[in-house]
Amino acid sequence: MHQPIDQYAAKLSADKRASVYDGTKSGYDARLRSLNTSYPAPDHLRLLAGRIKQHTIENLDTYLPQVEARLRTNGVKVHWAVDGGEACAHVHRIMEARGAKKMVKAKTMVSEEIHLADYLEKRGMECLETDLGEFIIQIDHDHPSHIVKPIIHKNRREIATSFEKNGLGSYNDDPEVITARARQFLRHKYLAADVGLSGANFVSAESGRIVLVTNEGNSRFSIAATKVHIALVGIEKIVPRDRDLGVFLNLLARSATGQQLTSYTEFIGGARSANQPDGPEEMHVIFVDNGRARVLADDCRAILRCIRCSACLNVCPVYRQASGHAYRAVYPGPVGAVLSPLLAGDEFPEMADLPKASSLCGACNEVCPVNIPIPDLLLRLRDRGKREHSKVAAADTPPMGAFGTLANHPSLWKAAMKTGGLSALYPTFLMPSYGKAWVRTRGMPKWRGGKFRAWMKNRKQQASK
Amino acid sequence: MTASRDAILKRVNDALAPLKERAPYPEFADDVAVMPALDRNGDLWAAFCERAKLVHGTPLSGKPAVLADWLHGQNLHHGYCDPELLPLFGEALAAAGCAVETIFDRARVDEYQFGITRAEAAIAETGSLVLTDATTSSRLAALAPWTHVAVLKRGQIFADVADALKKMPADPNVIWCTGPSRTADVEGILIEGVHGPGVQVAFLLE
Repeated sequence: MHQPIDQYAAKLSADKRASVYDGTKSGYDARLRSLNTSYPAPDHLRLLAGRIKQHTIENLDTYLPQVEARLRTNGVKVHWAVDGGEACAHVHRIMEARGAKKMVKAKTMVSEEIHLADYLEKRGMECLETDLGEFIIQIDHDHPSHIVKPIIHKNRREIATSFEKNGLGSYNDDPEVITARARQFLRHKYLAADVGLSGANFVSAESGRIVLVTNEGNSRFSIAATKVHIALVGIEKIVPRDRDLGVFLNLLARSATGQQLTSYTEFIGGARSANQPDGPEEMHVIFVDNGRARVLADDCRAILRCIRCSACLNVCPVYRQASGHAYRAVYPGPVGAVLSPLLAGDEFPEMADLPKASSLCGACNEVCPVNIPIPDLLLRLRDRGKREHSKVAAADTPPMGAFGTLANHPSLWKAAMKTGGLSALYPTFLMPSYGKAWVRTRGMPKWRGGKFRAWMKNRKQQASK
Repeated sequence: MTASRDAILKRVNDALAPLKERAPYPEFADDVAVMPALDRNGDLWAAFCERAKLVHGTPLSGKPAVLADWLHGQNLHHGYCDPELLPLFGEALAAAGCAVETIFDRARVDEYQFGITRAEAAIAETGSLVLTDATTSSRLAALAPWTHVAVLKRGQIFADVADALKKMPADPNVIWCTGPSRTADVEGILIEGVHGPGVQVAFLLE
């Protein structure tokens, strides 16, 4: 049995690999340029942000009730969802209560996580993606493969083809034309929709403000044109005070796209003002657990600091080769390799190969704006996969039993080391099948072991002279 | 509903209970994330203009006629104007051949070439405009037309993001617009004007 990610990467077309490589590389370069030209010591900010977030998640028992109280004071209706099913049911119920049939939604990872669009469509509701990338994913019946750039795996020709197929004009692969057509089509959808749904990048416990960042302005349009605003919020999204946002907004935009600030930063404290003609009459916040409290109980809880900037995806040599779909879950890349198995709950063993999809080079930790020690967390999860005897985690791992016997018997070990030099002469046709597969693409290494005992012995003799 | 609330809070409590100590809230200066290169004592409007241009914003300043001439020069002749701004701008706009409406009719969303509304403030450090419900007469008029003009006065400019956060207005809808609406979803190529304005003007009224 082989590792699923290796298999996926091996079958990936050259076109897709080039798209992913170019997209991640440009994201990485932009981040570096932006951070280093803005600050003499950007690392200091990163460490500080990590400490604020770690403090927050370790005090969620205080901050969650606090933010709930603030939201209620602001006139926001607060709901709680233990899992995805309950979160979807809340959305459905809110829509039904208003007699609403049409929703426009901004990009939110939680809604992907809980399969909201499928849930609503099965119940006769329209649920339209408004972020350009997510919209293209939706008309293609595809899945996002990157957190910030959902269609990093697609080129303009594919997009033009699906626009043509979906009645959005004749074939034209000019990005300017593609964007203009989406603009024209979607603005009428906003105006016809009843409900606007968003996620939240941050929620301030101090003011109860939901903070949303987008470049396209799609969340702003959904919240200007519809009568109901629903925000789906993972319980880990809180920051203690408004002033903390100065640190996070600066780091998020730079780490995600290399911008100083994202084009639109929205601070939403409730429904529209009385004198405002546009915007929602009511606002709902749904706090979603869906496995997060379980992650909080785990010693990998630092992953809950993540602010979904994708810097770790962009820098990861495995992500670049394999693409996001290889991770078989909503969250790809290094963050996904930690988060997806943890969020999977009882299905952890089925996702336990993901922590092995890493070279442990440490680049993900180095670029992380909240300093998550991703390589350490991956090692902990590899260990857990082994302890729980996960079959997918064991794939492509050579059997270590024989090595264990060898290493536990000094005389055997000594003999093996002495004769090891002969290994290069071993007839490969006598090898077991996995050994044959191994040497088919690699040469036998030159023997370099077995010298230590001799060296040690000589060293003692030298010293006694 | 309350059952789920209690269940989640209990899980969170149980998850955190075994922690012997919890990470403290780190102390830091308000301006820790402010770029050191920023000149906070100089002309804030000049600093704003410099930053706004970097994000492809369009800063303009002067009497109402300056804006009216600019709109005329861009071949924009029909749009929306905040009714409270009309006494100031109406005459100049009419003279430049610009017809404006003071109620945004969403049924005719594609007919408005521009929208003129007031800004709550601006942020020099990032070239951002701050819009609120209190100062924006119509959210849609500030968003749907290709060109949005936000009118502000001197004395309404924050030096940096930290300052703007500290003096956040008590408004349910505070928006920082940093340049025009943009996307790079198609092959990473930057395109301006997706759902929001393709041209974002900051007009300093003098």
